[in-house]
Amino acid sequence: MVLFLVRRLSLMMLTVFVITVISFFIIVLPPGDFVDRIVLEANQYGEVFEQHEIDDLRRMYGLDRSAVEQYLIWLRNILFHGDFGYSFGWDVPVSELIGQRLGLTTTLSIATLMFIWIVAIPIGIYSAVRKYSLGDYTATFVGFVGLAVPNFLLALVLLYISFRFFGQSVGGLFSPEYVNAPWSFDRLMDLLSHLWIPTIVLGTAGTAEVIRKIRANLLDELHRPYVLTARAKGLKETGLILKYPVRHSLNPFVSDLNDLFVKIISGETIVAVVLGLQTTGPLLLQALKEEDLYLASSLIMFLSFLAVLGTLFSDLCLMALDPHIRRQAREGEMM
Amino acid sequence: MKVSAGNASYRDLIWRRFKRHRLGFLGFLFTIIIYLVAVFTEFLAPHSQSTYKARDVYAPPQPIRFLVKYRKGEEMLQPHVLGYRSKVDYDTGKRIFVEDPRKVIPLGFWVKGDKYNLWGLFEFDRHILGPINPRDRVYFFGADRLGRDVLSRTIHATRVSMTIGLVGVALSLVLGIMIGGISGYFGGFVDLGIQRVIEILQSIPSIPLWIGLAAAIPPTAPPIQTYFLITVILSIIGWTGLARVVRGRFMALKDEDYIKAARLDGNRPMRIIGRYMLPNFFSHIIAVVTLSIPGMIIAETSLSFLGIGLRQPVVSWGVLLQEAQNLKSISTAPWLFLPGLAVVVAVLSLNFLGDGLRDAGDPYEN
Repeated sequence: MVLFLVRRLSLMMLTVFVITVISFFIIVLPPGDFVDRIVLEANQYGEVFEQHEIDDLRRMYGLDRSAVEQYLIWLRNILFHGDFGYSFGWDVPVSELIGQRLGLTTTLSIATLMFIWIVAIPIGIYSAVRKYSLGDYTATFVGFVGLAVPNFLLALVLLYISFRFFGQSVGGLFSPEYVNAPWSFDRLMDLLSHLWIPTIVLGTAGTAEVIRKIRANLLDELHRPYVLTARAKGLKETGLILKYPVRHSLNPFVSDLNDLFVKIISGETIVAVVLGLQTTGPLLLQALKEEDLYLASSLIMFLSFLAVLGTLFSDLCLMALDPHIRRQAREGEMM
Repeated sequence: MKVSAGNASYRDLIWRRFKRHRLGFLGFLFTIIIYLVAVFTEFLAPHSQSTYKARDVYAPPQPIRFLVKYRKGEEMLQPHVLGYRSKVDYDTGKRIFVEDPRKVIPLGFWVKGDKYNLWGLFEFDRHILGPINPRDRVYFFGADRLGRDVLSRTIHATRVSMTIGLVGVALSLVLGIMIGGISGYFGGFVDLGIQRVIEILQSIPSIPLWIGLAAAIPPTAPPIQTYFLITVILSIIGWTGLARVVRGRFMALKDEDYIKAARLDGNRPMRIIGRYMLPNFFSHIIAVVTLSIPGMIIAETSLSFLGIGLRQPVVSWGVLLQEAQNLKSISTAPWLFLPGLAVVVAVLSLNFLGDGLRDAGDPYEN
């Protein structure tokens, strides 16, 4: 068990390391950097930079070194000083910028995951047990629509409907008076009252997917001999279904948990841009467009880290749920 | 000819099972129609994608009418739309469009319109449906910010959006089969290494990664280059899922007797993979491929929507949806959602088709 955790954690570290490499180099390697952008913008206003001024700027931002050197310095500062670098575009340290937004992204992602579980598991079980009923067809239909509508489009349509028919804008995670307010009970309540719309937008596709999966898995299990045996022994139908086949059918679902969580984090980027949320999405998009090197790399790293944590969590859930996997982990078969 | 299950060919069996899957078959028909639109784009669209008329900015959709009333009270059957009289409301600053019963714009089939170059082969100017007078303009689904026809633009975007999914999937497929095949066939350390790489790639949230890669494409790159770079970006993650499927199948098949026999006969690995293993799960692969096209379409749409995928003058559904990005334009012109509807229909059709293919893929089941 300890061995399993150690192995998992070391794989996690490796993954995060590889991700830092990828996220850093996709920004550094293409031609053009932040200084080029400054020069270009200045040119538009008729200012002209001398070559030595450009060189000075590069030196100031540390962009005069080679890509590998820049990466190693960045990594060293993270590891030894907890310093994620400096945002060129915002002129403040990256850690100041992303702290709160990362917290909101995490909150939103977890809320979405909860939403998916709470909605999808009961509906999935219901559709399988009452196969071909009206409820099943409704769930299937909603599921297909949820699958086919890209979530940014869903967000747009919701924006339109709420504006058109309720005359209000649903964007943002806070009411205007709370955006920059310090944390308080009222602000938390305000957040909760805004959270449900992005949660639904983000969760619909996942919900659809989970309903389909649970329904299919449960349908495979419902006709197994052990269900028949349990029924023959006189167990109550509801308890029986919840205790045996449902537990089996949840197994593949939990192993997909990681996938689901990665997708939520990934989708959040776009939905946040459309709905104007104060999460990491809009910040990341802007940082990437501006080639704000350290900000963008740190954001991608943290988001991936969040996703990797999700993987670990899903493995632990799976172990709690399934004795087979506990045994495999004990015997060290599972990587 | 009716064939019994005993002597029907594999292909017959799949086709028969597939036809019984109603949603799958419906998806199949819609997919064919959508790809036909992608092939005959210029002929099907009433106008070209870039012609505009400044007076028709945000003109609402014009319904097709059939009866023309003349002053004497006579009526005549002539499909037409009514032109607009527009004036600016000085209180709100918005342009108001009122149908003008005197401005009858007759419609016809096979009409002359904007010139185009069909498939780069020959010049042509006929359109399947449009105004009889080439100088008139019709807006079955309204006009956009510059007075361009939304329907025509959506039809033009079909070609780009639908092929980008295909090209992206083709690229992922090649990578997936090669890498997954190697991983599953050789097993051991090779497999372990490849699986770790896939795990790492899959644990990176794809959209931030895509945005990062797409933002690296210089805005000045020619459209064709951008198009191919986007497909490459999409398949960087796309291949992992396919590789997993292929690997799983290889693992399962590797120890089958007929594969062992082939190996003992001295066939080389590539021949065993290509000749004996691939055909065995080919139908399954096709189903998986069909199911991964929608993901590509949505990804491209999302990237272009954010303004870092394809760019004007190339039109894709995502590029068009950029017009609907702010509340002001969608509240003035809700018909700008039309490309979004196209995305939904295409994605649904491909999903249904893929489901049907997957279910039909194993005709010897039950």
